[in-house]
Amino acid sequence: MNATNRTPGASIDIRKASKRYGKFVALRDLDLSIRPGEFMTLLGPSGSGKTTTLNLIAGFTEVSSGSLEIGGKSVLGLPSHKRNIGVVFQHYALFPHMSVGRNVAYPLTLRGIGRAERDGKVRHALEMVKMADFAHRYPNELSGGQQQRVALARALVFDPPLLLMDEPLGALDKKLREWLQLEIKRIHRELGTTFVYVTHDQEEALVLSDRIAVFNGGQVEQIGNGRELYDHPATLFVGRFIGESTVLRGKADIVGGDTVVSIAGTKIVASGKISGHAAPVILLRPERAVLHRPGTGVVDGENRLSGIVEEAIYVGSGSKYDIRLKDGTTAVVRSPLGAPEFAIGDTAEIAFRPGDVTLLADDASADITLT
Amino acid sequence: MSALPQTDNQTAGGRPARRLNLRDAGWLAAPAVLLLAAVLVYPLAIIVLRSFSEPEPGLQNYIWFFGSPVNRAVLQRTFVLSGWVTLASLICAYPYAYAMTVVGKNLRLILILCVLVPFWLSGVVRTLAWVILLQDSGVINSILRGLGLSPVKLIRTQLGVVIGMTQVLLPFMILPIYSVMKGIDTRLLQAARSLGAKPWRAFLQIYVPLSLPGVYAGAIIVFILSLGFYITPALLGGPRSTMLSSLVQNQVLSLLNWGRGGAMGVVLLVATFILLAIAAPLMRQKHTQTRREK
Ligand SMILES: Nc1ncnc2c1ncn2[C@@H]1O[C@H](COP(=O)(O)OP(=O)(O)OP(=O)(O)O)[C@@H](O)[C@H]1O
Ligand SMILES: [Mg+2]
Repeated sequence: MNATNRTPGASIDIRKASKRYGKFVALRDLDLSIRPGEFMTLLGPSGSGKTTTLNLIAGFTEVSSGSLEIGGKSVLGLPSHKRNIGVVFQHYALFPHMSVGRNVAYPLTLRGIGRAERDGKVRHALEMVKMADFAHRYPNELSGGQQQRVALARALVFDPPLLLMDEPLGALDKKLREWLQLEIKRIHRELGTTFVYVTHDQEEALVLSDRIAVFNGGQVEQIGNGRELYDHPATLFVGRFIGESTVLRGKADIVGGDTVVSIAGTKIVASGKISGHAAPVILLRPERAVLHRPGTGVVDGENRLSGIVEEAIYVGSGSKYDIRLKDGTTAVVRSPLGAPEFAIGDTAEIAFRPGDVTLLADDASADITLT
Repeated sequence: MSALPQTDNQTAGGRPARRLNLRDAGWLAAPAVLLLAAVLVYPLAIIVLRSFSEPEPGLQNYIWFFGSPVNRAVLQRTFVLSGWVTLASLICAYPYAYAMTVVGKNLRLILILCVLVPFWLSGVVRTLAWVILLQDSGVINSILRGLGLSPVKLIRTQLGVVIGMTQVLLPFMILPIYSVMKGIDTRLLQAARSLGAKPWRAFLQIYVPLSLPGVYAGAIIVFILSLGFYITPALLGGPRSTMLSSLVQNQVLSLLNWGRGGAMGVVLLVATFILLAIAAPLMRQKHTQTRREK
C-alpha cells in the first residue's frame, strides 16, 4: 500500500472483441485501449455493454471473438483468480461471516502472506478508506457507504495493478456519493493504479475520469476527456448523452463551405460541413446561446431563432429557459446572471454564432437509445 | 472521521412504518399456546409425575434405569445410532440441496418433489419398502448375488436401521439446508475469485460457512427425531439394535409400567435439552444477528 514500492498501473488493450449470448450480441467489435495508471470511465445507457466489458477484463466471462491484453500480455483463457485484478461491485459483496478486518485480509491470506505483514497491510488499507476503527465490525453492522469503503480497501490491499469498479456508488444517496467520488479520486492519485470505472451518471464520469469511453449498443462511440466529449462530440449520440443540448433539424444546403439549415422558415448557418451522406443536424449547447427580446441586440452574422418561453427556471448561477420554436422543437438556453430575464409566455430570440454550434450526422437511434 | 458526511451513519433501508406491538399481538399466539398446553405440557407433566410416584414416591424408576447395564447400553446406542443417521443424512442432503439451488427450474421442481413425496407416504409404508429391499432375499442381496458377490446381512442390523432411518429423515435435513443455500448470494463467490481464490477454495471458505446455519438446523432436527424414532428401528432392527423408544414401548404397553416408561422418556428429554443447550451457540452466528441499532 505504500507509495514507494507499489505495482505500477497496468495497460489494457481490447481489440475487435465481441460477446454473444446465443444470438444476442452484447458487444460488437469493441476496441478499447486504456493507458497505465489512467482513470477510465465507461459511460453509457443501460444495456450498452459496460458491465459485460468489465466482466471480460475481470475474467468472469470470456470473449466470443477478439483479443484482450492486460499489461501487454494476452489473458484469454486465464481464470479470474489468476488475473490479480481488484474488483468492486455495486452490491458491495463483502463476506457476511467475516469481520471487516478478515474481509480485507482475505486476499492476503490467499496469497500466503505472513501474519505481521498482513496486519500492517490491512491496517494501511483501512486507513486509506478511513475505516480503521471498524475492523472488528461485521458487514451487516455497517452502512452502505461504509461497506463500499471496506470493499474498496479489500480490492486494493493486495496491490493489484488494475482496479475495476461497476457502479460502486449506485446504491448510495447523492451527498455520500459525491463525497466518495472525491475519496476515490484521491486514492487513485495516491496509488497510480489503473482504474476502470463503470457508471451511467455523466456527472460522476466528468468528476472522476482522465478519459471517458461512451458506450452505445455494445460499441464505444467515442473516447476522450470531458471537454473533448462536450465540445467536440463525434456522434449525435455522444452529443446528446453528455450534457444538455438542443438538436436542430431541417433541410440543409452547403453554401460556400458552410452548412445552411432551414428551421421553421429561418436560415441558420453553421460553420463547416460534415463528410458522408447522412443529413446534417445542428447541436447547440445551452450556454452558447444568448436570449434577446425580439429585434434587439442584433449582431451581423449571428443566427437568430424566434420562439415562446415555455419554462423559466432560476438556477442560482443564472436562469434556464425552455424555448418552443415554431417547428415544435424545444431549445434549452442558459442565461448568466445579469442577462435580460424572461417570463413564461414571452417571445424571445435565440442568438448564436455559426462557429458555436456542432454539425453532426443525423442518427435516429440517438434519440431512441436515450429513453 | 470529521470529513464524513452525516448520511454515513444513517441506517440503510426504511423500517416498516407500522409494526404490531409484540405485547398487543401476544394474544395471536393464544390458540397455539392452548393447544400445546393441552396436548403436550399436560400429558408431559403427568408422565414426569408418574415417573417419580409409581409404584411409590421416590427415585426407584431412575435407579432401576441407570442400574441396568442393558438400559445404559441401549441409551448409548440410541445416541450413537442417531449420530450416524445425522451424519449419513448430512452427507446425502448437502450435495442434494446444493444441486437444487443450481439446476434449472424444471429439474428443481422434480428434485423438490422427490423430497416431498416421502412425506405423503406413511413412515410404516416406507419402512416396509426397506424391509423388502434389505431382507436376506431382498433386492439388494439379489443384485449382489447376481454380480457374483457374497450377500451382506442388512436387515436386523444397525446398518439396516441407519439406512432406513436416514431415508425417512432425509427431507428434514434437505429442506433447512436448501432454504439457507437458496439465500446465499453466489456473487460472493465471484468476488472471492477476483480476490484470488481458486473455485474450490471459494466454495469451502465462503459458501460452506454461509450454509452452516441450515446444516445445524437440519442436524438438530434429524438427531432429535432419531432419538425418539420407533417404527423404523422396530421393523428393520434386531435385538442388537434396539433403541430407547422400543424399551419405552415395552414398559408402557406390554408391562403397563408407566413409572419406568415415564422415567426413560424423561431421561431422553433431558438429554435432548442438554444437547440443544450445547448446539444453540453454534447456531447463533455473529452475522445472523440483527443489525445493531444506532
Ligand atoms: N448472461 C447474459 N445472457 C444474456 N444476455 C446478457 C447476459 N449478460 C448481459 N446480457 C445482455 O447484454 C447486454 C449488455 O449488458 P450489460 O450488463 O453489459 O449492460 P450495462 O451497460 O452494464 O447496463 P447497466 O447500466 O444497466 O448495468 C444487455 O442487453 C444484457 O441484456
Ligand atoms: Mg451494468
